[in-house]
Amino acid sequence: MKNILKNTSLAIGLALLALILVIAVFAHVFYPVSPWQSAATPLLEPFSQSGLPLGSDMLGRDVAAGIAYGARVSLTVGVVSTIISVTLGVTIGAVAGFYGGVLDNLLMRFTELFQTVPQFAMAVVFVAIFSPSLVTIVLAISLVSWPPVARLVRGEVMSLKSREFVKAGIVLGESESGLIFRHILPNAVSPIVVMASLMVATAILTESALSFLGLGDRNMISWGYMIGASRTMLRDAWWLSVFPGLAIVVTVVAVNLIGEGFEKALNPQAHGERKA
Amino acid sequence: MTYKIFLTRLGNGLLVLLGVAIMNFTLVHMAPGDPAMIFAGEAGGGDETYVEQLRQDMGLDKPLVTQFAIYAGDLLRGDLGYSFRNQRDVASMIVERIPATLLLTMTAFGIALIIGIVFGMLGGWFRNTLLDRGLMIVTLVLYATPLFWLAMMFVLLFSVRLGWFPPFGMQSVLVPDAPLDRLLDIGRHLVLPAFSLGLFYAATYARLVRASVINVSNADFVKTARAKGVPGGRILRVHVLRNAILPVFSLASVHIGQLVGGAVLTETVFAWPGIGRLMFDAILQRDYPVILGVFLTTGLLVILVNIVTDLLYRIVDPRIEHTAGN
Repeated sequence: MKNILKNTSLAIGLALLALILVIAVFAHVFYPVSPWQSAATPLLEPFSQSGLPLGSDMLGRDVAAGIAYGARVSLTVGVVSTIISVTLGVTIGAVAGFYGGVLDNLLMRFTELFQTVPQFAMAVVFVAIFSPSLVTIVLAISLVSWPPVARLVRGEVMSLKSREFVKAGIVLGESESGLIFRHILPNAVSPIVVMASLMVATAILTESALSFLGLGDRNMISWGYMIGASRTMLRDAWWLSVFPGLAIVVTVVAVNLIGEGFEKALNPQAHGERKA
Repeated sequence: MTYKIFLTRLGNGLLVLLGVAIMNFTLVHMAPGDPAMIFAGEAGGGDETYVEQLRQDMGLDKPLVTQFAIYAGDLLRGDLGYSFRNQRDVASMIVERIPATLLLTMTAFGIALIIGIVFGMLGGWFRNTLLDRGLMIVTLVLYATPLFWLAMMFVLLFSVRLGWFPPFGMQSVLVPDAPLDRLLDIGRHLVLPAFSLGLFYAATYARLVRASVINVSNADFVKTARAKGVPGGRILRVHVLRNAILPVFSLASVHIGQLVGGAVLTETVFAWPGIGRLMFDAILQRDYPVILGVFLTTGLLVILVNIVTDLLYRIVDPRIEHTAGN
């Protein structure tokens, strides 16, 4: 616990993320009017009118309100898609590493395929074909981000399964799933946690990119959408793209700091040196 | 020996390509509605006779395996389908756009390598100094910056405000006559897209190289060199750097795919006439044959570039010959 408190990157990351979380959860309290609704004259510059610190867009919508509601999409997509892809990756990696042989070979080939294919292009294809919604976006991001988890877990499982405590489990008549879930995986948790936290950051970036391309959920305002919609206004209204972009950068920095902090806390030997 | 490895790589590449084809096929068949409707373009894109023609061509009444065989056969003949929206053959639309994308992604990759290695080397060599801390913060922020947003900020700063570089396109409206001037013109258009695409990966490489410089600096052969009195600069160049950049090359193959994906975003912002921009336009028009065709082509590009980087890697690190086959 002392270690965690001394860990500055973790502390800064958590503080930033807590702030963003509060904004996301209480967006409807801060801004009772829907972010889609016009709140003022169009294209007001930031800080030019009280109550509209970040200005208004071409339809008079409050940019600050959009950013507050957009946080919901970013955080939801980041967390949910990471949970799904970690589950998928852990399952495939654990099965491949535990059983080995032909099954391992097949699963790893499958994993390599997903890793070689341009992931972003694949997510675009997926969302475009199944029509953009929060669900398809989350599924698309999960679909392209599980392979590194599978490879990591497979490696961990392979090295752990020959250890004595696992052999003891076999002697005691523990079932295969019991061995995997009760004995092996708990020992592989820390690298998975580090990887998962970094995946949240990537997922947030991917979601913003999809929304930027017009493949976002039409019913929910998101940072990527705001930037994409203001692309043609860049010359005349810089604030429409600058502020949502900053929101993405701050959020992703916060998540990455947390990931780095976890790495330092859970793996003190190799602290700070992240493998991409 | 190298010849054999090359063949193995090619075989693996073909397998991946088959995988992408299966993915495309599966996605189209899992999608709501009839694949023929999708290929003809959603609601109203294609007229009835064309859709009916497609249904027969694709053999939609036949078993799935037969349908896939038809699709794979078309692909092998270089037939990526027909874009009803553009009234054009998809393959030819893509082929004419490939050079622009290659130019952009390769330049961006070069920029990422150079900046990444230099930053990483400086950070690792002068670790825990103010310079190192500063570089770490820069890479942390770059690593968190959306590609498309960085691109827009570049346009805002370097085109709109400063007027140094053109904000979009690959060539000026009035293309200069002299070959050298034309090249310079393209170069000027290339600066912003290539940097905005490359900087994200530069940040990744900088962190990687920094870590491995620190790692290699503690190796015995470096201590020996120091003990012998070899000057620091020479140790860095001869002993450390060559070993420290190896992890970058082994990651390069993963990143090539990401670069091509990133090109969709960069090309969209800069109206760069490559396959990424083509994909964006196809998304807007819901032109599925083009979207799927671009996806397949990016897969192909990744495989080809992987084979090339693999060969380069062998030149940079001769030791890999001994572990070949894995």
